[in-house]
Formats: sequence, structure tokens, C-alpha cells
Amino acid sequence: MAFEGLAERLQATFDKMKGRGKVSEADVKEMMREVRLALLEADVNFKVVKKFVNDVKERAVGQEVMKSLTPGQQVIKVVNEELTALMGGEQTKIATAQKSPTVVMMAGLQGAGKTTTVAKIANHLRKHNNRKPLLAAADIYRPAAIDQLETLGKQLNMPVYSLGDQASPVDIAKGAVEQAKEEHCDYVLIDTAGRLHIDENLMGELQEVKQAVQPDEILLVVDAMTGQDAVNVAESFNEQLGITGAVLTKLDGDTRGGAALSVRQVTGVPIKFAGVGEKIDELDEFHPERMASRILGMGDVLSLIEKAQTNVDDERAKELEKKMRSAEMTFDDFLEQLEQVRNMGPLDDLLQMMPGANKKAMKNIQVDESQIGRVEAIVRSMTKHEKDNPSVMNASRKRRIAKGSGTTIQDVNRLLKQFEDMKKMMKQMTSGQKGKKKGKGGFQLPFM
Amino acid sequence: MGFFDKLKKKVTTQTDSVTEKFKEGLTKTRNSFVGQMNELFAQYRNVDEEFFEELEDILISADTGVSTVMELIDELKHEAKLRNIKQSKELAPVISEKLAEKLDKTGEDTSLNIQQNDMTVILFVGVNGVGKTTTIGKMAHSFKQEGKKVVMAAGDTFRAGAIEQLDVWGERVGVDVVKQQAGSDPAAVMYDAIHSARSKKADVLLCDTAGRLQNKVNLMKELEKVKRVISREIPNAPHEVLLVLDATTGQNAMNQAKTFQEATDVSGIALTKLDGTAKGGIVLAVRNELDIPVKLVGLGEGVDDMQPFDAEHFVYGLFKELVEENSENENR
Repeated sequence: MAFEGLAERLQATFDKMKGRGKVSEADVKEMMREVRLALLEADVNFKVVKKFVNDVKERAVGQEVMKSLTPGQQVIKVVNEELTALMGGEQTKIATAQKSPTVVMMAGLQGAGKTTTVAKIANHLRKHNNRKPLLAAADIYRPAAIDQLETLGKQLNMPVYSLGDQASPVDIAKGAVEQAKEEHCDYVLIDTAGRLHIDENLMGELQEVKQAVQPDEILLVVDAMTGQDAVNVAESFNEQLGITGAVLTKLDGDTRGGAALSVRQVTGVPIKFAGVGEKIDELDEFHPERMASRILGMGDVLSLIEKAQTNVDDERAKELEKKMRSAEMTFDDFLEQLEQVRNMGPLDDLLQMMPGANKKAMKNIQVDESQIGRVEAIVRSMTKHEKDNPSVMNASRKRRIAKGSGTTIQDVNRLLKQFEDMKKMMKQMTSGQKGKKKGKGGFQLPFM
Repeated sequence: MGFFDKLKKKVTTQTDSVTEKFKEGLTKTRNSFVGQMNELFAQYRNVDEEFFEELEDILISADTGVSTVMELIDELKHEAKLRNIKQSKELAPVISEKLAEKLDKTGEDTSLNIQQNDMTVILFVGVNGVGKTTTIGKMAHSFKQEGKKVVMAAGDTFRAGAIEQLDVWGERVGVDVVKQQAGSDPAAVMYDAIHSARSKKADVLLCDTAGRLQNKVNLMKELEKVKRVISREIPNAPHEVLLVLDATTGQNAMNQAKTFQEATDVSGIALTKLDGTAKGGIVLAVRNELDIPVKLVGLGEGVDDMQPFDAEHFVYGLFKELVEENSENENR
């Protein structure tokens, strides 16, 4: 890949500074040049970069290096703190109105991902906050935008309010709020058409919708890949609508997402969510401090832990762990483990969040989800007896399993070998360092 | 005759409607870009370090990308020395000349590869939300205007409502759409579409695909397969693989271009949404570093606002005021 990530770029600079005792002005100057270039390549707006670099320079020069840190680390610390501060410090949740329903209106350019985000937020509200949302289809311009929201509503089994593409967005919004009241929905999420921030007519239309339903939250949806123009977009949406928050989409790409910094800086509103995948549950609450440390290559350990917590069934995890310790694990347990990890979301996501995963070596590792499907197929083609006693496996059994799962004997052999290795490893682990693995039940897989 | 003069002459002798489209579509872009440039020339009368630094910022603010900007600045410094330019204003035509040069490598043909005696297959690829389906709708319209028979293939079987979206375009433009159910194999859709288009004796087949982020290896493999199926059915097809790029995209566009090129051998770029304030400077970098030509630009939301790209029009659109002003000066 042509560009190194922001994290690596900074890391390389900081590595040069290793082993010095104090942060000198020359050091900082050299580093800040790199920081500036890195941030520019990450699409942070050049004005924001200028200000940021100056702020950091002022703070970093002459600082005593803390005992436990190298000068490079010391500057990372300052850069990290400033980045975090710039991105808004703490995580901010979506608003809840005093009186139901809470009205949330989306806004943004074409193709930013508003419709998908509406569905994702609705799903998030129901899953994590136990809310009952109503979706309102007010994008009457893009062909089939209403169909898209209705299809998503069906997938989620959630009500979608629509009046077709002939009604005005104002009427749709009003009607949706009315219906939400009747049906006791506590959130109304209004999808709107994408528009250019300089299109006066369409911006006027959004203002009318705002007037009519007084949204408690106006979220600007921003594509994480947006370049320098993110500043202009955010600024004019904010001026004309008074946005209360932002959602960053497509953050699962390899963009460095400098737009996040820009948007935050010019509008001052918090980024509330981040879209991290194509599936409907791939939406995260946005954690500024985590984003900052992710940029700096510290890995997103916190997100990983949280993900594991919501999806792994505690009881089952304990049971599995017990089995693993006694190395009694069978293929059935293995399958179950597989499911649990899968429930946490795409594996490459998980891998990326692991600290140290941001290394060059990891960059090209892509977990092929179909590979896991293959493993699953192999295990499912075994008989109960085989699953419990892998040692009975012989050539004819293997041939049958390969046939049954649509794989080759080599695939079957590989899996059996990995499974054995895994068991061996566990045995060693349990005899060696008991207790250390606690609470991490689901992570020992042969392909990780 | 100076560069601006030549540019003006060339552009104004061409059909006015195209020039108008470029002028209009690039209004916002131009206003901010030229505004910045004028300010630069007013503020820094002399060509010096500070002037170049400011210019660097302006170019970077257009998403041109750090490395391309550095290269450009170096070349400009060199030119300034060579031509002994001291006044910043005198550098204006040199700047636009260099920009045009970078966009348009020596008179290369950037028109679409249209088959005269056979069906032309065009595959559209790109990340999510760049405007692939809309671009296809507009292209279908313009091909139809030319009297060609067009068929569209609804290859985005993943995103909710994508097939319906293409369907609406089909109705609007009066063009057949070949489709299967949502969730079906896009390669199978293409297979169907090719045979159906053949039997309908279509001149052009436009193939939509689902948006995908370029770092999803599995999805890129799927795209490779789609292309493979097309090539298997018609040798030499697809005749064009157009990467649709959103003009507001920043440096990630480089990654997009590179990865999509590896997977599908992209033959050209369709740059959409250029009617905003974004300057699409990233195409400079893509052109410069990857050598993929821009073939189409989206200059507005209207059905006929998709235009063949023309580097001279583009630069003229950006520098309109400067061109007019300077060509007067040059003539004086």
C-alpha cells in the first residue's frame, strides 16, 4: 500500500527519538513536520492541522520527560491528549427527549450513508437501549430510497412511515411524529434526501422540516473518506440547520478518517456513532479517546473488550473455559466457540482491534469468512462419535467427511491437526499458568 | 500566444453547450478556488518561499494530495527560475498549464471505448455511495439520446433498494433492466444480462455492481468473478471498467483506484458530485501516480449533467476568470 497509516507514520517518527532524555525544540519541530504531513495525508483539513500542530508544539517544547517514557512517547502522549481533546474528549450518547417521542433527523451529502445509518441507529436503540423506534422515509428524491428504508424496516421488523414520493418531506415528518405518538414509539428517525450543502432550495426544505417537528437531535452523516471539503460541508450544514451531532460512516475502510477531526473542530458538536460495516448491527458508539489511541496505534482494546462482553454468553463461556482447561474439548464445543466469536462481528474487525494488530504484517491478513464456513462444514459432517473422539478418525472416515462437507481430505487433515495442536497448547497453558486466562474464554481458535 | 490564450481559443471554438455545462457545474469549485488564488496573487506579489507555501496550502485544500503537491511545487519553482519569473501574477498561467498537463497526458484519447459493430459492455465499480447507479442511469439516457439500444444489468444485489433504484431509472429513461432477486449472485446476473442483451440486439450493456470498500478482500474477489464471467461470455469485454469516484473523497481515493485497478483493471474514472464545493483535486494525484484517465464527470443532478471529461474544459472551468483576465493582459 502506498500510504502508511497515520499511526505507523507517527510511530516511525517517534521511533527516531528513542533514547533521549528531554524534548528539545528541534526534536519537536522535526516531529511536528511529520505530524503535519501525516495529518494532511489523513485528510484532516489543513487549517485544522495548522492549529493542531501549533497547539502541540507549544505544549510539548521543554516538557520534562516523565521517568517511564521516552521523548517520543512523551510527545505521543501530548499528541494523543490533544487529539482526544480535539475530538471531543468524552463519548456522547444520543439525545432522549423529556417527552416521547424523541425526534432525530438525519442530514448529509448524497451517498454518505444516511438511510443505512437510520436503520443501524434504530437497531442500536432497540438492542442496547430497549427503545421502540419508528423510521420515517422522507427522501422523496432519490429513486427507490423509500423502498430501501422499507426493506431495511422489514429486515428489522420495525415500522416505517412513508407517504410515497409525492408528499412533501415536511408532511412526512409531521405524520411520522403523529403516528409515533399513537403507537407509543419513543424514537422517530427521519431519513432525508442527500443534498449539497450549497443547494439553497433543498437546505431550505430541511429547515422547514426542522421547524415543523423540532427535532431533539439533528445528525450530520459524514463519509469517513471525505477529503478537505468536509470542513465546508460540516460548517454550512451547521450554520443552516444547527446540527447537534455527527455520524461517521464507512470507517471500516482503510481511510484514515481525518474528516472526523475536521468535522469536530469546525462544528464543535460531538460525533456520536461510527458505521463500521455493511451489516445492520455494524454501528459503534463513537469513543473519541479510543479513536485517538487507535490513530496512534495503541489498538482499540477497549472496544474489543466491550464487544466481547455484549456478545459472549457469560455462563457458556465459563463452561467452555472449564472444558478447555481440562483439555476435554470436543468438536461440538469447538463449533459453539466458533459461533460465539462469529457473533461478535467480522473477524478481521476483531483482529484489527487487538493491540499490536496495527503492524504491517497484520495489514494483509484478511480473515476469509468463507474459510470459517468451511471449517464449520467439516465439523458438521462428522458423526457424533467422531466429534467426541477425534482419535477414531481414519482414511475412509476422512474421505466421507471431505465429501460431505465439499472440501478435500487435506482440508480435513489440516483441521484435525490444528485441533490437536490447540488441545496440546491448552494443556500446556493450564498446567503452567492457571487463572491467567480468565474471562477470555472465546479467543483460542486455530486460525487466529 | 500565452497558455491562457491558447486555452481560451481552443475551448471557445468548441460547442458552447459543453463549455457552459463545465462552467456552470464548476461554479462553486471555481469561486472558492479562484478566490483563493486571487487572494494569493494579491497578498504575495513576489514569487518567494512564502508564496509557494501558501500555494501549497491551496492545492492541498483541493485534495490534491501531499506528494503530488510537492512534485508540482518543485516543478513550478524550477519553471519560475527557468523563465525568470519574479511577479506572482506571471506564474498564474504556468500553474494552470502544469495542472492541465498533469490531467491530460499529451493528447491521449479519453473518450469511451465504444464498439462499432458489436455490443459494448461497460462495468461500473466503486465504493459505497459514490453514485454508481445514478451514473449508469445518466449514461443510459445519453446513449439513448444517441439512438443506441441500451440494457442495464442490476448487479447490485446486496444493498436494500438498489435493484428498485435501477428499475426506476430504467422506467425514467425507457431502457430495459435485467435483474434477479436481491441477494442473488451478481455474476449470474451478468451472465443473464449478456444473453438477454444479445438477444435484444442491444448496442450497449451497462453493468451496475454493489458498492464495496476496497479493503474487503472477499468482496473484491466477487468483483473479479463478475468481470471474469463477462469476459468469458464476450472476449474483450468489458470494454470499459469505470471506477466511480466521489469528488469529495480525500486521499483514500488513491487506495480505491489502486485496489480496484488490481482487481478489475480499471480503464477510466467517472468523477461524480463535482458540482459541490469539492475540487476533486484527487484526480490529479490519481492521474499522476496511477495513470488512470478521467473519462466522465458529473456536473449536476440533472439527467444530462454527466459529461465526457475534457482536461482543457476542466482547467478552463477552474480558472475562467483568470483566463479571461490574463488573456486580455497577454494581448495587450
